[in-house]
Amino acid sequence: MAFNHKHLIDITEYSADDIMTILETATRFKEVNERRIKQVPTLKGVTIVNMFNEPSTRTRSSFEIAEKRLSANSLNFGGSSTSTVKGESLVDTVETLCSYKVDMIIVRDKHAGVPRKIADVSGVHVIDAGDGKHQHPTQALLDLYSIWERKGKLDGLKVGVVGDIGHSRVCGSLIPALKIMGCEVTVIAPPTLMPARPDVLGADHVTSNLDEALPELDVVYMLRIQRERLEGAPYPSLREYNLLYGLTQKRERLMKPDALICHPGPINRGVELDSYMADHAQRSIILDQVYAGILTRMAALYLLLGGSEDGFAA
Amino acid sequence: MALLLKNAHCIDPQAGLDEVCEILIRDGKIVEVGHNLTMEKGVERDLGGKIVLPGLVDMHVHLREPGFEQKEDIASGTRAAAKGGFTAVCAMPNTLPVIDNAVGVEYVKARAAAVGKCRVHVAGACTQGLKGETLAEMGDMFNHGAVAFTDDGRGVQGAGMMRRVMDYASQFGVTVMAHCQDDDLVGEGQVNEGVASTRLGMLGWPAEGEELEIARDIALCRLTGCPLHIQHVTTARGLDMVRAAKAEGLSVTCEVTPHHLFLTEEAIGDDYNTSLKVNPPLRTAADAEALVAGVMDGTVDAIVTDHAPHTDWEKDREFELAPFGMIGLETSLSLVYTNLVATGKIGWDRVVELMSVRPNQILNVDTVSIAPGSTADLTVFDPSVEWEVTREALTSKSGNSGFLGARLTGRATDVYVGGYATLEDGVICE
Repeated sequence: MAFNHKHLIDITEYSADDIMTILETATRFKEVNERRIKQVPTLKGVTIVNMFNEPSTRTRSSFEIAEKRLSANSLNFGGSSTSTVKGESLVDTVETLCSYKVDMIIVRDKHAGVPRKIADVSGVHVIDAGDGKHQHPTQALLDLYSIWERKGKLDGLKVGVVGDIGHSRVCGSLIPALKIMGCEVTVIAPPTLMPARPDVLGADHVTSNLDEALPELDVVYMLRIQRERLEGAPYPSLREYNLLYGLTQKRERLMKPDALICHPGPINRGVELDSYMADHAQRSIILDQVYAGILTRMAALYLLLGGSEDGFAA
Repeated sequence: MALLLKNAHCIDPQAGLDEVCEILIRDGKIVEVGHNLTMEKGVERDLGGKIVLPGLVDMHVHLREPGFEQKEDIASGTRAAAKGGFTAVCAMPNTLPVIDNAVGVEYVKARAAAVGKCRVHVAGACTQGLKGETLAEMGDMFNHGAVAFTDDGRGVQGAGMMRRVMDYASQFGVTVMAHCQDDDLVGEGQVNEGVASTRLGMLGWPAEGEELEIARDIALCRLTGCPLHIQHVTTARGLDMVRAAKAEGLSVTCEVTPHHLFLTEEAIGDDYNTSLKVNPPLRTAADAEALVAGVMDGTVDAIVTDHAPHTDWEKDREFELAPFGMIGLETSLSLVYTNLVATGKIGWDRVVELMSVRPNQILNVDTVSIAPGSTADLTVFDPSVEWEVTREALTSKSGNSGFLGARLTGRATDVYVGGYATLEDGVICE
């Protein structure tokens, strides 16, 4: 299988074969993560910049661990806390990083389109670790991996995505990725949290009624609700959101016996999920997703930086 | 001194003129139009193969002076206008300070007289500081030469305030020009709401954010009787409302830009080209088609550029942080020719209406005509030139054109303002 990508920015540029290559490569990295010494020399001498221009703990930690386990040299570069605050432009910041002779930039930014801009300016490998409300492709890959590992397939699965579809970079990558892999996607949200054209992302069904949608679903993907502001909020209260869109114990009777629950984290317990569902031993694969983040990010780093099929196990 | 223009195809529907003939100019006025004209002493120009039109006017430009001279100034902006074939522009008041009093109007007029390469009409602000709270001194500005009033850039948000603006302005017989944008609905919208906002992952700027205010301002035109000009209409429904208002007999006019006619939201790709970030945003193909139909059927009164220069460093950044606007003075006429005239959608007579006669009428300034007695403001166009829009080819200080790389047909070669050449053989006259 030829994997021929320089960047991981737009998941729609990846074919089903490309994505399967990443998932299968991720499987092979499990062994490394179960050793006593969890490190291989695969990316020794490679310099990776983690450019996180907005606060992120989980994604950045996950990338850092993936980089360290592959022996890459990594530099954490907090754009918003350093140069941009001093008035430096994005382009100047990236050109400065390039003068360090780095090999890859992993970028999180609150503005859409920044990873592509960095790729154009820098010429080095770029991974989008989340850009504004646009995309978050490694999140989609780890989601696919977790579902695929548990279900044994992706093709034909019915997946429902519930919550703030309209402002979610997770959805910007996840929904197209699910479609690439042959899933049937239902988006479920109040109209105030729906994008203008969910069909553009690839959604097959659009509804505001969770109870009607649930019985069909093989996977229920719950999104995090932003709870910062209530003034001008797209829902009247967290209580009402939970009543209408929360995946709670009383809704379990509507679910298929083998339906899975996903969440990109961090969870707002009592809002989109109650503890019964979040911790459900058979259904919840939320912690599997976290582990899959390490595996798929190792796989993506490895494949993008030109690793050969067998080179990593040394 | 006299000037004799020979062998050009002269077109002016006002004079019923559409033939190869000669134009004799003396003391800034056209004195004779005809064949085998003679003069005792003067300069002859052979314009064989070219087209001569009444001087073109761009009634919506941002010259950025005073305050934003890094983007453009009156000298560079009017040079760009001359390069693009314009004999006059109307400068918007959203400078720093805002042109909201007579001092500002006089400043722009004085600078234009000193360094300008075309006539500069001045639009004053409707409200002080464009804040939408207090009426600007429209009477004083009018007496000092302001030709129209507008809070372009954002629009007057309150319906009560807009009513006050139009009521007050109506005593001067001037047009109030409206940038239609409901801030509360548009919010932080970046691109057209729908396919583009979803695909690009950015907040949407819905068509209704514009249409609501078009509807409101047409209602206020009915209420106050003040002539209303809707700036940069971008949607099919917005244009339909203007069409209906005209049919009702209201004093409502409107303009469209080349970028809304010839570009759509689909042009904004993965590279998030910030030159395509404009306000109002690029809309759908169906909207653009409706605008072209409006140009053809007469609903659209004027084609304007909304020339909005920004420095390279302001535009070369995150899409959501870049300012709105693209430049247009140097591509407008060629785009109109390439996309509308050469394709047979409109004739030159309609171009003259859209880019000369109607803008002058809306601004209440003298119209120009290729006829004896008229001011000798003329645009000479060579339809045989093929050229590519490049940064290097632009005279403007800024390069934020959404048409870089486009191959266009036809270009202005000569421009006369009051009988004096500002552009000759494609070169600005110093």
